[in-house]
Amino acid sequence: MDVVKTPQQAAVTVEPPPGEPVPAIELVKIAKTFSSRRGIVTAVDAIDLVIGEGEFFSLLGPSGCGKTTTLRMIGGFEEPTEGQILLYGDDVVGVPPNHRDVNMVFQSYALFPHMSVFENVAFGLRRKAVSKAETKARVGDMLDLVQLDGKSDRRPRELSGGQQQRVALARALVNRPRALLLDEPLAALDLKLRQAMQLELKRIQREVGITFVFVTHDQNEALTMSDRLVVMNAGRIEQLGSPREVYEHPRTRFVAGFIGTSNLITGRVRAMDGSTALLEAAADECLVVPEAASAGAGVGRDLDVTVRPEKIVISEDRPGSGRCAIRGRVAEVVYLGTSTQYAVATAGGTELSVFVQNASDADDIAGRGADVWLSWRPDHSLALVTTQPAPAESRSDLSGGNQ
Amino acid sequence: MSTLISPQAGRQTTSRPDRAGRRPRRRWLLPLWSWLVIAWLASPIIVMIVFGFNDTTGKFNIRWQGFTLRWYRDLFTIPDLTQALENSLTIAVIVTVLATIMGTLLGVALGRYRFRGSGSINLLMFANIAAPEVVLGAALLSLFLTVGVPRGYWTIVIAQVMFSIAYVAVTVRARMAGLDPSLEEAARDLGAGPYATFFRVTLPSIMPGVLAGALLTCALSIDDFIITSFNAGNTVTFPLWVYGASRTGVPPQVNVMGTLIFMLGVLLALVGVVYNRRKV
Ligand SMILES: Nc1ncnc2c1ncn2[C@@H]1O[C@H](COP(=O)(O)OP(=O)(O)O)[C@@H](O)[C@H]1O
Ligand SMILES: [Mg+2]
Repeated sequence: MDVVKTPQQAAVTVEPPPGEPVPAIELVKIAKTFSSRRGIVTAVDAIDLVIGEGEFFSLLGPSGCGKTTTLRMIGGFEEPTEGQILLYGDDVVGVPPNHRDVNMVFQSYALFPHMSVFENVAFGLRRKAVSKAETKARVGDMLDLVQLDGKSDRRPRELSGGQQQRVALARALVNRPRALLLDEPLAALDLKLRQAMQLELKRIQREVGITFVFVTHDQNEALTMSDRLVVMNAGRIEQLGSPREVYEHPRTRFVAGFIGTSNLITGRVRAMDGSTALLEAAADECLVVPEAASAGAGVGRDLDVTVRPEKIVISEDRPGSGRCAIRGRVAEVVYLGTSTQYAVATAGGTELSVFVQNASDADDIAGRGADVWLSWRPDHSLALVTTQPAPAESRSDLSGGNQ
Repeated sequence: MSTLISPQAGRQTTSRPDRAGRRPRRRWLLPLWSWLVIAWLASPIIVMIVFGFNDTTGKFNIRWQGFTLRWYRDLFTIPDLTQALENSLTIAVIVTVLATIMGTLLGVALGRYRFRGSGSINLLMFANIAAPEVVLGAALLSLFLTVGVPRGYWTIVIAQVMFSIAYVAVTVRARMAGLDPSLEEAARDLGAGPYATFFRVTLPSIMPGVLAGALLTCALSIDDFIITSFNAGNTVTFPLWVYGASRTGVPPQVNVMGTLIFMLGVLLALVGVVYNRRKV
């Protein structure tokens, strides 16, 4: 117990990203296994994470990847099988939820049905024996913040889904926790309300300045709202970074496929020039992949490469040298309003998506069945780490993901 | 009516004559059936209430001889009967309190956790409810005889608590199963310890189940005859007294007391309904 309290030790294990504020939450090699009748399930597999104070931080991943379990361990509802959870440097493993200075917004909202909105929001303050006058003032302020003033005598069931959501938020925030944990809080709302609440949540977070740890399986939501996020898969962290980094520079096949529309090209490396790889391709095609060495590229080995569809340019003639270029035939053209999506089948048998903005001067670039060239700047070819290597290797590779 | 305007009205014509043909028959069949059932259920109660006002003079209160309020005035003129009613009511209160507390705790535990022995407890509760009362009563009697416990007021209490716990536990367990577990987690999250969580969140949420269990227990206790008769010793409860008197003639005071107990039950049930409306 004593050993874990030294912040230096934690700092050695997980280096806080440079320039980030004081870490509010640190997860050190945290793991959770459940033993059920069907055997042992590893829900979270040795995760390292540092979340800065005041950050809007998201855990993004498909259903069942361990997001909820991670969040519940921070909140104290599950105890980790291994590892440490540090809240501002203090190990809180073993501390019950009512003594942890974090609050949670549950997916079901979990509002107390037999209490009014006011009573719900005041619940935490009453437990801490805050004076009547202060309770009244703080609850009132919080209901103002979430725009529910005038609804304080209602019962939760008399409110709409969006309003219940705000009560749940107010009930947690009124305690001024050191971090707020949100488990898919918008999942139950319809699309329009969800989008409005995304902006609303951002505004509230900026106003209160509290660290938000936000769980979602919706990549748009995570990209829109987060300062930083991790993409999780099967209990592990695939990538950590800002929304832009994760979108523009996916490190693994999984991330490339999970976020946005991704084109995947697999080829054999013909030559390496420093860390830049040259992929085998048909005559006069050219696939240059910079920074491929760190992704484990080597001559004669297969390499996965991704290119975002909006980075690709379609042309009839071969583009100038210095651009990555491959040939293909247009298989499908889909008009999307602001843009047009082309599906192009390449000679190698893969299908690539291309988004072209429908600018005022743009003509129909190519019709179905047309033979075209696809080209992009070499720095838009992204080498992907194969997810095959030994766990230890991939983990050390990923924990320093935010360079 | 709106189906007539709807665009699919034409398509529905095939099924309509069928439905229209059945509807008039339903209109009298269902109400008739309902009234028959109500009459069947209510007739003994009505007879009991009416004969509490019968100006009878003989030993047997079975022929209508005119209206009187005499029996309400002379309600407590039969000391043994008064004592029996008092026993029944005090036992009912004690049993209801004890069985509701124990049954609620058991129901919460069974509804929320899986633990070693929870399966056997579920089975035991089922057995307790399903077993014939004669068997339970006789078994309990032989237990009391073996251990050498003198039968009387408190053995009645023990026996009735024993068979009531299962009823409370079952209603509470059902209520617990429908309770979102994150409610309790939210309470813990907001700083409530285990006790505050139970009394401020869990208990209010399952209160309808607890009240239903309590009402059931109270009703079972007041009119239990079989198990009580095995374990009563020399103590006499209301049902035991009435049974004893039925051989020589039941005085109209019994009807009056029955009426009052019935009214109390109706009142409690109404309170329960109103409470549930307001809460959930
Ligand atoms: N209480 C539990 N008992 C057994 N397995 C569980 C439990 N909670 C979660 N799991 C398993 O752990 C994995 C991760 O679950 P979870 O954290 O809920 O994922 P997510 O929130 O990302 O959808 C899943 O495979 C799930 O089945
Ligand atoms: Mg989840």
